[in-house]
Amino acid sequence: MESDTVTQSQKTALLVLGCPQVPLQTSIALYLVNRFKKAGITPVVAGNKAANTLLVVADPDRHYLGEVMDLDRAVAQITEKKRDFDRCFVFIHNDAGISYAATMGAISKAKLYVLVYGEHEEDLVPQIDFPCTKIAAKAVHNPLPLKKAIDEVAPWAA
Amino acid sequence: MGCVEALNYEILIRNVSFKESREYIRSNFPESIDVEPGFKIFDVHTIGVPPIAIGLDGDFVIFPYTKPCHGTFLLRVQDAEEAARLRALKKKAR
Repeated sequence: MESDTVTQSQKTALLVLGCPQVPLQTSIALYLVNRFKKAGITPVVAGNKAANTLLVVADPDRHYLGEVMDLDRAVAQITEKKRDFDRCFVFIHNDAGISYAATMGAISKAKLYVLVYGEHEEDLVPQIDFPCTKIAAKAVHNPLPLKKAIDEVAPWAA
Repeated sequence: MGCVEALNYEILIRNVSFKESREYIRSNFPESIDVEPGFKIFDVHTIGVPPIAIGLDGDFVIFPYTKPCHGTFLLRVQDAEEAARLRALKKKAR
């Protein structure tokens, strides 16, 4: 008789980092990583070298961080159908962030969330006209406004 | 994974928005083809808001290249083979 055991793979969340020039990104990324881990969701971070290094240096013993990967590599793996995620969170504070979010929406089957912040948050939000959940706050240095907006959506519980 | 540094490219314009990139290509080159994000051109996956315009001018291919901290660049690369491949795709899509 065949086993009825079903192996359930763990849910995953990809965090796509933008340029780290806006300070709150690193703080919010670590916050999300922690919330996802507590919710039993495996977080994976993808960014450029500077954005990734800011996280890795801040968490040398990897209490929070799990896998950290190069952003170009993540795009390539998803596009080539070698890998995908259940949820995808894209950090946006400039036009390039919108481009990366639209790309993730097109190449990945993940439920897409965009985190919009920074000086130009009000100009950027209306430009995001592709399907996604928008979480936005006018915040640059202080992560609390964006944290509050994220907590209201509670994407780890969705 | 591709690396743009392996290409012999010329930067036409830098730090433009995805909309400006699309409009520039459509209005400044004799031919263009629209592709979806992730489309592989040379060995690089394109990043952008669809449709992403790629320009063709003889043997030259003009395409947007986006980096998180530097916005979008428009690059021009001479490659008859890639230009022919893109023209064939455009013909097929009609």
